[in-house]
Amino acid sequence: MTTTRPLAGSWRLVRLAVRRDRTVLPVWIASITVLTWAVVASYAATVPTEADRIATATLSASNPMTRIFDGPASGASLGAMSLVEGYKVFAILTALMSAQAIVRHTRADEETGRAELLGSAPVGRHARLCAALVLVLGANLVLGVTTATAVAANGLAWSGAWAAGLAVAGTGWVFAGVAAVGAQVLSTARGANAVAGGALGVAFVLRAIGDLRGEITDGGLALVSAWPSWLSPLGWGQQIRPFYQDRWWIAGLFVALTAALVAVAAMLTDRRDLGSGMVPARRGPARASRWLISPLGLAWRIQRGVLLAWLVSVAVFGAVLGSMGDTLEDYLAENATVRQMLLSLSPDADLMDLFFALIMALVGLACAGYTVQALLRMRSEEVSGRLEPLLATAVGRRRWLIGHLLIAGAGTVLLLTVSGLASGLTYGAITGHWTEGVGGFLAAALVQAPAALALGGLVLTVFGLLPRLAAPITWSALAAALVMGQLGALLDLPQWLLDVSPFTHVPLVPAEAFTPGPVAALCAAAILLGALGVATFRRRDLVIGA
Amino acid sequence: MEHVIRTQGLVKAFGRTQALNGLDLEVGRGEVHGFLGPNGAGKSTTIRVLLGLLRKDGGHATLLGGDPWRDAVSLHRRLAYVPGDVQLWPNLSGGEAIDLLGALRGPVDVGRRDELVERFQLDPTKRCSTYSKGNRQKVAIVAGLASDVELYLLDEPTSGLDPLMETVFQEVVHEITARGGTVLLSSHILTEAEALCDRVSIIRDGRIVEQGTLASLRHLTRTTLHVTTRHPLDGLDGLPGVHDVVTTHDRRAAGFEVEADHLDGVVQHLGGIGVLTLTSAPPTLEELFLRHYGSEPARPDGTDVPATPRPRRARTSR
Ligand SMILES: Nc1ncnc2c1ncn2[C@@H]1O[C@H](COP(=O)(O)OP(=O)(O)OP(=O)(O)O)[C@@H](O)[C@H]1O
Ligand SMILES: [Mg+2]
Repeated sequence: MTTTRPLAGSWRLVRLAVRRDRTVLPVWIASITVLTWAVVASYAATVPTEADRIATATLSASNPMTRIFDGPASGASLGAMSLVEGYKVFAILTALMSAQAIVRHTRADEETGRAELLGSAPVGRHARLCAALVLVLGANLVLGVTTATAVAANGLAWSGAWAAGLAVAGTGWVFAGVAAVGAQVLSTARGANAVAGGALGVAFVLRAIGDLRGEITDGGLALVSAWPSWLSPLGWGQQIRPFYQDRWWIAGLFVALTAALVAVAAMLTDRRDLGSGMVPARRGPARASRWLISPLGLAWRIQRGVLLAWLVSVAVFGAVLGSMGDTLEDYLAENATVRQMLLSLSPDADLMDLFFALIMALVGLACAGYTVQALLRMRSEEVSGRLEPLLATAVGRRRWLIGHLLIAGAGTVLLLTVSGLASGLTYGAITGHWTEGVGGFLAAALVQAPAALALGGLVLTVFGLLPRLAAPITWSALAAALVMGQLGALLDLPQWLLDVSPFTHVPLVPAEAFTPGPVAALCAAAILLGALGVATFRRRDLVIGA
Repeated sequence: MEHVIRTQGLVKAFGRTQALNGLDLEVGRGEVHGFLGPNGAGKSTTIRVLLGLLRKDGGHATLLGGDPWRDAVSLHRRLAYVPGDVQLWPNLSGGEAIDLLGALRGPVDVGRRDELVERFQLDPTKRCSTYSKGNRQKVAIVAGLASDVELYLLDEPTSGLDPLMETVFQEVVHEITARGGTVLLSSHILTEAEALCDRVSIIRDGRIVEQGTLASLRHLTRTTLHVTTRHPLDGLDGLPGVHDVVTTHDRRAAGFEVEADHLDGVVQHLGGIGVLTLTSAPPTLEELFLRHYGSEPARPDGTDVPATPRPRRARTSR
């Protein structure tokens, strides 16, 4: 019967999924909605007059950094300007919400064996995927409505507000589809989430290239993006241009791509067995090598796949960012207004140095994502029960922890080094400015390490004190750091709040002088928080099972 | 007797769940000690406290003369642990997992390891993610039992093993005790406990409700008798220690249960009636366990909850 009615039982699974996510999804939706409301509300204060708005819009159309990070300028209306600035963060958060939810209800269930239990009930072959999609696509529709309401609540027109809601929800749909495919291809939840994360990075880079190479129109107030932006779902979200053009037909692109991805996922479901991926497991050695037999050796074995995937990603990402450098140099040479604006950030800085610093601030945040992921691996070892037999051997808790700490810490520094080198070398190859490029990017990258490690210290502390909440707390902290770094100034958040994010304290090296004080403080925070985590973990019960 | 494990008044709570409630457990050196009790009684919790994976809330526990929490690492060199539902690293092969768990404890006897891999018919080159439940369990058993240590903590080690492998497991445990090893065996498989254990402790709701040698526990159980007699059976119901009497219409055949202490009186009574046939089902631990595994809570005064009648395999008397 399961072959004849592949969707049987879906509706009951939807209700189960809604029940399981009754806190997680509402928290995500509420956070993104409140953030949207706050961004639009604060934007009015930063550009009070028509003249301010025109000046700012002109600048953001011509400023290559804004083009790379924020997207295409879309006129001088308050709605358009605030959404151009906020969309990148809304979109990243929505994509993460959607991808994680899909993986949670598909691949993660197969890993824990919950799916098997359901698969034995009268539930069709596609029912689980279908239920996950209904849940997540539905959640995105809700998010679209709440986002639109948040925008309109600031006194803006409903038509533009709905367009903004569409941009956010459509992005969520596409990444739900990406995660659905990832969950069929890879046999672990981690791998499936990584596919979505990688797709997000690629989408960001494509639209950054397209927007950087775009053309200014509309009397200097707007940008027409070049074709690479149209290859990216993040680009589509921006090309809707809420409050400027309100291009509703882009909804068709979102729906078509989502439908195609869902069709691929459904086809893959038909072709594989429950629990397996598309890649069959190979045989392994009958005996362990000498290198495996130590807590560090085992930690390396567990962690190396994730690290390798990150290394490849940051190398590519870094190279693409570095290659934007020459276009940037040309723009800066031509455009005195933009030069003035950038120098207001840091008066004595060299402009290219500022570029290195700003790019690497974003890369630093991404690498902190690795730090969090690698350290949370300790928690998944504990939850799954794999840690228990290990600690029943003569391995002490501290020795076990240190194995993972070394890899996560060294891995973070390695990732930053590789992204700095990749950016620097491509920049050098294109512009011929090898020393400035490599030196600048590398310095800008490495100065992020203490901040990423401080966040890692937080992961350890939470792991020691509140193991059950380790993942939600630390991922929220990373998301908060992203919001504060990208939107903190706009939202006019109080300084004490910004100071909570370790990334607030990173000097804009090489544009600014290296200030040892804050960096040393971050290192100290990393060590203290880490030590607190180690100490509390050694005193607590093992908490197996979520 | 030298105690390898000794707990007194051990207490452990998880939030409002009182998992251990004043647990007194004693395991002597060289014995195979059965640790039996219904689901959720606290067996795994006890073993995890003994391994220093959980911190006790109260009471005392000594393991191999040391403190299970403080001396965890040094004690673990002298013991091996086999969990009931082992989780392994999906991308390691079974052989790698065995070597890893063995070598992290101490020196590995490679010959013994290979012998056990052979005897348990385990393919060590398969990835742990592709093992069946039983084969995953074999990995944990081989990793644990291949090591030559003083104490083996086995928490439902044979869950998922087929009967053939169950036999191999029992052989290996006999070999371990022959070498002088001590075993704490938590199990739901009563035949396994009867075949292996010198002494058993029965745990219920976080405390030990019965403890002793198999023989002394059998003493607590009832023997089932089926008789046919020449004369009508009268007065059976009134005899002390007789329960659940079922008689035929003509009152010349009956089945009933007798407490061990009163068997003598019953046989004398039957002698006067003229016994034609007599079969008796020997006392099994099963009955005792079922009484303790039942859904009613154990009585606070420690007496047993009365057994409910249930169908029984009848065996001829010896
Ligand atoms: N980490 C935990 N958090 C909360 N409660 C727990 C935890 N671990 C065990 N318990 C509870 O403690 C009690 C004892 O559990 P334990 O696992 O020790 O039982 P058990 O005797 O091993 O049962 P089984 O035969 O099913 O393995 C149960 O009520 C269980 O629900
Ligand atoms: Mg148990």
